[in-house]
Amino acid sequence: MSLQTTEQTVSPAFAPAGGGCGAGSCGSTASQMNGLSDEVRAKVQDHPCYSEDAHHYFARMHAAVAPACNIQCNYCNRKYDCANESRPGVVSEVLTPEQAVKKTLAVAAHIPQMSVLGIAGPGDPLANPQRTFATFRQLAEKAPDIKLCVSTNGLALPECVDELARHNIEHVTITINCVDPDIGAKIYPWIFWKNQRVRGREAAAILIEQQQKGLEMLVARGILVKVNSVMIPGVNDEHLKEVSRIVKAKGAFLHNVMPLIAEPEHGTFFGLMGQRSPTADELKALQDACEGNMNMMRHCRQCRADAVGMLGEDRGAEFTMEKVEAMEIDHEAALARRQAFREKANAELEAKRARAHAPAPTTQVVTFHRPARKPQGRPVLMAVATKGSGVVNEHFGYAREFLVYEATEAGVKLIGHRKTDKYCGGSETCGDGESRIDRIIRALEGCEVVLCSRIGIEPWGALEAAGICPNVEHAMEPVEEAVMAVWRSLLEAGKLGGVGQGERRA
Amino acid sequence: MALEIIDSCVNCSACEPLCPSKAIFAAKPHYLIDADKCNECAGEFDDPQCASICPVEGAILNSAGEEMNPPGSLTGIPPERWAAVQAEISAR
Repeated sequence: MSLQTTEQTVSPAFAPAGGGCGAGSCGSTASQMNGLSDEVRAKVQDHPCYSEDAHHYFARMHAAVAPACNIQCNYCNRKYDCANESRPGVVSEVLTPEQAVKKTLAVAAHIPQMSVLGIAGPGDPLANPQRTFATFRQLAEKAPDIKLCVSTNGLALPECVDELARHNIEHVTITINCVDPDIGAKIYPWIFWKNQRVRGREAAAILIEQQQKGLEMLVARGILVKVNSVMIPGVNDEHLKEVSRIVKAKGAFLHNVMPLIAEPEHGTFFGLMGQRSPTADELKALQDACEGNMNMMRHCRQCRADAVGMLGEDRGAEFTMEKVEAMEIDHEAALARRQAFREKANAELEAKRARAHAPAPTTQVVTFHRPARKPQGRPVLMAVATKGSGVVNEHFGYAREFLVYEATEAGVKLIGHRKTDKYCGGSETCGDGESRIDRIIRALEGCEVVLCSRIGIEPWGALEAAGICPNVEHAMEPVEEAVMAVWRSLLEAGKLGGVGQGERRA
Repeated sequence: MALEIIDSCVNCSACEPLCPSKAIFAAKPHYLIDADKCNECAGEFDDPQCASICPVEGAILNSAGEEMNPPGSLTGIPPERWAAVQAEISAR
């Protein structure tokens, strides 16, 4: 992504009143930003994991300095180490704090979008407090402009809250899968607690108590808390609605419900015992159900504990320790580049917000709200190929993922993403020999349109045959505006039904 | 009387800071226990600390050479299920 592409996202037609994603759908919606203090807004506006808008602009990295863990989760296998896999807990090399700082500085010198260093494992950062805090301390000295962030299971959180606050950590993610120990016993086989391995319901009860206590302590100190939950069908899917209500009431800022990843080859309990993952529809239904209570994150990519780059990409291979050691870096020039990028990006985001909050003009190129009229036209899911900056700017064939937006009369809302490759990015024909285009079509199930900057004739035909309409008419346009324009043209063409026709959201 | 870490260790390091005898040290290709220092936490804790946090079944042996955490004891995955899936994957 270049600064030039970034500039194109500021267009006069962008984001009229109520534009962007639906109310409360993510960490960055106009309505949500309205309710935030300037202080909180400043904390999230360049954090890609806390703000949907920011994730189109800013990059993050995870430093894998924390290999030890103090609990076992049934979706995790501690033996894993595979460069071709992208999922939480998987890393290629564990780093010392010194190496992590060196790598972070190298990444921040090559990727000016880099705004956040997170520590997320591959174990639990707070089960490795010396390594985690040594990394934070050293990085804060050398690159004070990089935000620090941590993701924890919560067991050791209460005893670490003061130290987190001392290190100026503004964002903490807690993975909370349940508030009921009976459900927890099906997710966590054991925890290590007060010098003992504790199992079953008792273990889950302790973990839950610590998580909730930690959440309350963080909120009391003004630290923003995101809650991650893994949706496990038949285990905690219904229960997560209650979790969402409770964490919201306690002051969590954002809730991220993620689908369980469970393949037999991952060697996890759930993977081996045949526990299924939720479908995209089930995930969306749960996220929609939680949304009434809570700001929901829809743009999570469930990244590796050593991920590098924008959320949809992983540039870790460019920054192995071997490569980092060989790099010559001008840190002052790098800082200046980051600052210049941030100024531009933040100005664009600010302009976006200003437009979203401005009173709707009488004439509008794209109109998101027509309150005087009854809603008409059914919701449509559309997939978008983008490589950043919030514009339709990726070639169909190069897209490794598609963002999925739901367009309705009320506006456009990001509801998730679909990967075009398997979680294992190995060979093209890895596994069942399904062709790439077949795999993409399957991944795009439920989507009626694909927006991209360009597309070849062959995939065009295959998509059409599968009932998915390719669209390149909105190349380089802001995503939400493009999706809305396509929805309107479908409506005008009579393809979405009139009032009282077609599906309607409850 | 000493415990032993064997090659299924994944180097997660969780055991090292817990050892009251400072018998555990980082080594290649995996962490090791100094048998002269290890007393299996006798008089310190009810359970040996390394074996109580180790996430890998079979990675720590007792002085009789037996697995402190036998297959299935930590993950709940029946060993025969694991073997069947391994066979299925390698047959692909």
